Amino acid sequence: MNWITSYVRPRLNSMLGRREMPENLWIKCPETGEMVFHRELEENQWVIPASGYHMKISAKDRLKHFFDDGEFEIVTNPAVAVDPLRFRDQKKYADRLRENKQKTGLDDSIVNALGSLEGLPIVTCLHDFSFMGGSLGIAAGEAIIKGFETAVEKKRPMVLFAASGGARMQEGILSLMQLPRTTVAVEMLKEAGLPYIVVLTNPTTGGVSASYAMLGDIHIAEPGAVIGFAGARVIEQTIREKLPEGFQRSEYLLDHGMVDMVVHRHELRPTIGRLLRMMMKQPALADTGADVKPANTLPAPSTGADPVTGETTPETATEPAQ
Amino acid sequence: MYSYLDFEKPIADLDGQIMELKKLSEGENGGVDVAEEIARLERRSAEALVEVYRKLTPWQKAQVARHPDRPHCSRYVEALFTEFTPLAGDRKFAEDHAVIAGFARFNGEPVAVIGQEKGSDTKARLKHNFGMARPEGYRKAVRIMELANRFAMPVITLVDTAGAYPGVGAEERGQAEAIARSTEACLNLEVPIVSVVIGEGGSGGAIAIATANRVFMLEHSIYSVISPEGGASILWRDAARAKDAATAMKITAQDLQDLKIIDGIIPEPLGGAHRDHDAVIMETSKTLKQALDELSPIDGLTLKKDRREKFLAIGRHLN
Repeated sequence: MNWITSYVRPRLNSMLGRREMPENLWIKCPETGEMVFHRELEENQWVIPASGYHMKISAKDRLKHFFDDGEFEIVTNPAVAVDPLRFRDQKKYADRLRENKQKTGLDDSIVNALGSLEGLPIVTCLHDFSFMGGSLGIAAGEAIIKGFETAVEKKRPMVLFAASGGARMQEGILSLMQLPRTTVAVEMLKEAGLPYIVVLTNPTTGGVSASYAMLGDIHIAEPGAVIGFAGARVIEQTIREKLPEGFQRSEYLLDHGMVDMVVHRHELRPTIGRLLRMMMKQPALADTGADVKPANTLPAPSTGADPVTGETTPETATEPAQ
Repeated sequence: MYSYLDFEKPIADLDGQIMELKKLSEGENGGVDVAEEIARLERRSAEALVEVYRKLTPWQKAQVARHPDRPHCSRYVEALFTEFTPLAGDRKFAEDHAVIAGFARFNGEPVAVIGQEKGSDTKARLKHNFGMARPEGYRKAVRIMELANRFAMPVITLVDTAGAYPGVGAEERGQAEAIARSTEACLNLEVPIVSVVIGEGGSGGAIAIATANRVFMLEHSIYSVISPEGGASILWRDAARAKDAATAMKITAQDLQDLKIIDGIIPEPLGGAHRDHDAVIMETSKTLKQALDELSPIDGLTLKKDRREKFLAIGRHLN
């Protein structure tokens, strides 16, 4: 790395509106160190084939694999105030936002989509971790509310995929206010008698876990996901002890009664489909004679998205809630 | 004798001189010159206090909000209510002393009280876990709110916590879920709920009991998504930048009022609540009374609807 690669090239690329090609076509399994070709990983929904390690997956990739025939319709997110606090830490928040929009092609960390799951019309709300760590601020809060309102309006169940470090600190107190605001949205759905399934993916922590992500009718966790309120480092500093093996992982939460099941990414479609059909009083899929083509047999589209490292930087800064 | 904060040094110095002179005068049977000097110093000390507190920075306010001599939840409960009857336990796992809850009478009318207690001496601080609740505390709060709802008692909450406790047991027993359920319980109440941030409103640990029809903050209290120190260590990678984080994150009562997040500011006596407990409690009582007078005639479903709409409206005017 020199100043040309670290400064000039990204600048040029952003000026030309060009995305950087993935430099490394081989991706390392964080668990076993095995190298996997990125194309193969995309086709396998970003699950390492040999180890079964669940990598982070973009909202768009998730949608293509989740809905019937890979077909879905994106719900436009509401317009919101941008950087109302004129926040600046080591960098201007307005600049961070612009860079993240360019990098991800998203307007913020939440994507809502309409589509069918095993023949049943549903609404999904997804966090995209690659947009500032999936963090929750005004834009994400409004988008989540819009997603739930859409579900109520269309009388459809809501499936929410959480992937977030928590509240977006660059929006200060306004980000904290998204906890009650999104909880209002959940209550509207519940009062409309519609099911709410939360899929907790890696990671779901802080203010996101302390609001809508823990208020589902059913909680499904992807294997190995970090799920919790306080960050592991904060807890270690507080209790000055080493944390137990597997602490705050999906399987640990299952043992402690905080989630209903841990489900492999490939099994999410049939599992959620089966549950929702029962909750919506629909006949079993086998009895409908429908020929629903699972989306994950489709060739995975190329996105050019960078593999997410999961490293915490101010870029993905969210509060290790306390 | 107060414990003076760093930025109160000019006042501490003057008060020190006054004390010494007073001691001297006692020894000399009260010289006239000394009495004059004392009066002069007392005037200067009072002026210095006005000067310092007139322009507190957000970081200085954080220190006032955490002042060890500041009146804590129990002090308010004792002074604001009669017949306070504490109720214990979440009926699931344990009693959490970080959260004080129970029934009481406010101006003769039954109310449910929920508050976070930091403790005012070492023994009490340990007992109350420095005001940092575990899931049991939030589940107790939910239990009391549900009782209040059934027996048509308004809910009054007193917020004073650095945040929910970050511990292994707390995580195992679902700290996140407990907080979420408590916020949910606030939103489903069909009785009035009024919250006052009396010291620190620390993140999810605070909002869990502060999702109210009316939210007030004491003049020098703070309310924040993360502590200034925590924010600084993440955003600037340097906990010493807490001062900058306190300013940037908008944590003061004045900031929150400007952002239309709270409904009002309760004035503190000159030099902060810790200098005159009775004065601040009287102001708090007035504010609570007015809020309950306004809310009590409103029917339950409207109260619930208004509360939800109030939170949905937050931030929308900034567009």
